[in-house]
Amino acid sequence: MSGTMIAVYVFTLACFVGYHVIWGVTPALHTPLMAVTNAISAILVIGAILVAGSAYASDSVLIQVLGFLAVTLASINIFGGFVVTNRILAMFKKKS
Amino acid sequence: MTLHNDLFALAYLVATILFIFGLKGLSHPKTALRGNTFAMVGMALAIAVTLLHPDVKNYALIGAGLAIGAAVGIPLALRIKMTAMPQLVAALHSFVGLAAVLVAAGTYLMHAHEGNLNSVMLIELVIGSAIGAVTFTGSLVAFGKLQALLGSAPLVFKGQHVLNAALIGAVVVLSAIFTFDHNPTLFVAVSAISLLLGFLLVLPIGGSDMPVVVSMLNSYSGWAASATGFTLNNQLLIATGALVGSSGAILSYIMCKAMNRSLLSVILGGFGTTAEAAAAAASQKSCRSASTEDAAFMFENASRLIVIPGYGMAVAQAQHAVKELYEELHGRGVEVKFAIHPVAGRMPGHMNVLLAESEIPYDAVLELEEVNPEFARTDAVLVIGANDVVNPAARNNKSSPLYGMPILEAYKSKMVYVIKRSMSPGYSGVDNDLFYFDNCSLIFGDAKKVCEGLVNALKTH
Repeated sequence: MSGTMIAVYVFTLACFVGYHVIWGVTPALHTPLMAVTNAISAILVIGAILVAGSAYASDSVLIQVLGFLAVTLASINIFGGFVVTNRILAMFKKKS
Repeated sequence: MTLHNDLFALAYLVATILFIFGLKGLSHPKTALRGNTFAMVGMALAIAVTLLHPDVKNYALIGAGLAIGAAVGIPLALRIKMTAMPQLVAALHSFVGLAAVLVAAGTYLMHAHEGNLNSVMLIELVIGSAIGAVTFTGSLVAFGKLQALLGSAPLVFKGQHVLNAALIGAVVVLSAIFTFDHNPTLFVAVSAISLLLGFLLVLPIGGSDMPVVVSMLNSYSGWAASATGFTLNNQLLIATGALVGSSGAILSYIMCKAMNRSLLSVILGGFGTTAEAAAAAASQKSCRSASTEDAAFMFENASRLIVIPGYGMAVAQAQHAVKELYEELHGRGVEVKFAIHPVAGRMPGHMNVLLAESEIPYDAVLELEEVNPEFARTDAVLVIGANDVVNPAARNNKSSPLYGMPILEAYKSKMVYVIKRSMSPGYSGVDNDLFYFDNCSLIFGDAKKVCEGLVNALKTH
């Protein structure tokens, strides 16, 4: 099996896992669900780190700029997304 | 320190599992906070491991980016008002979209340096960049509409669908040529057209369809991460992106179903053609209005009351006044429940968050299916800034554009009070039959002021 086919397997199976897990989420928590998936989608930061930190980055200002901006944007998402999710969920925890 | 490749893969697998547990935690408010912690640990693990990767040679830019991200993101998240959550989410989606474009461009340049470009990688790159670009500008427009920087009315012009179809065609053709040609100009062209497409696709969608749009963009941001994962051959990105992508897709589906509309009809633009006819018909019927004192008297003597909040409650920032009303009535032995329609507000779950913010216990808040059987044995309903979601025409008038949409059956209650700023119809432009029912009274005024008025009336009794 080629690397691409393995990737297709992982992708397809993850879609099924996502489907089943997300239907289990209570509708009352759909806003924090969006906030946390938003933070999680910033996993893209991994790609950004590989660009910003690559050996080629030192030869190319363009790669440096692209990588740096991508890391920054993804990080805003990670910190902003997780903190705001925490804030919302803490409200649901009060009482009861 | 360098690690074996399999160790990276193993750590990434653990991170993926942590994300899955994180989402699973959201199945109940009690486990949700722990779920968020799992997801945070997963993210921290993924970043820490990647920093140890042998391909990562320069840390200065990465450190600076992470620090700026924390310095901007944390205060933003701590200060944002709960009523502005839809805007924040839209803005954050746009960042993910743009980051995907930048990573794709950077990855292209790195591989061009190495001279190992190949067709499979290029198709993955260009798909990632195109999805990212649509997510970026689409989210900017959604943000503009939610923040009222742009008009929330659907912007529809002649030839729109033809133009969009032509642009999508251009993206496909240019992407295909790019995979053989390897010419970076084509990559830039595809990304630029996709940016334009993002604008054009969201502009024609009206304010009340925003829950669908925000969910769709949520989904896109996931697919963008997945596509980037394919490019980098990174299973963590692929799996995580797929989780987020399916989440957004399911939310879009739920929202569409709650409006009885197809995803396609939402994407192609708003209602609107029936507005004039409905407004003309409205002027001939009469409805009754009530004072806050009348309503307060009724509520006080009711044994069961259901409150239906809508976008009007968010606009008026009325949630704390609503909580006071809840306390006041609850203290007098009235059983008060809240009924939430899935598309109330501007994003999925918007009303639940506002009620949670004002510390209304979540077991008093019911979903559509749970609450509908209750209306027939309810003494009074208070509708706060909601309209189409309580329109009985959706149930009994086959010629109504709303026909078939699941509604909260408020009209079955003994009395219905609707807080309304004016007689203008809801977003759909459809007149609300409920207002002319014998058991319905309108209380004219701002949602917050009326709720405060109700509380005062109760206190002075």
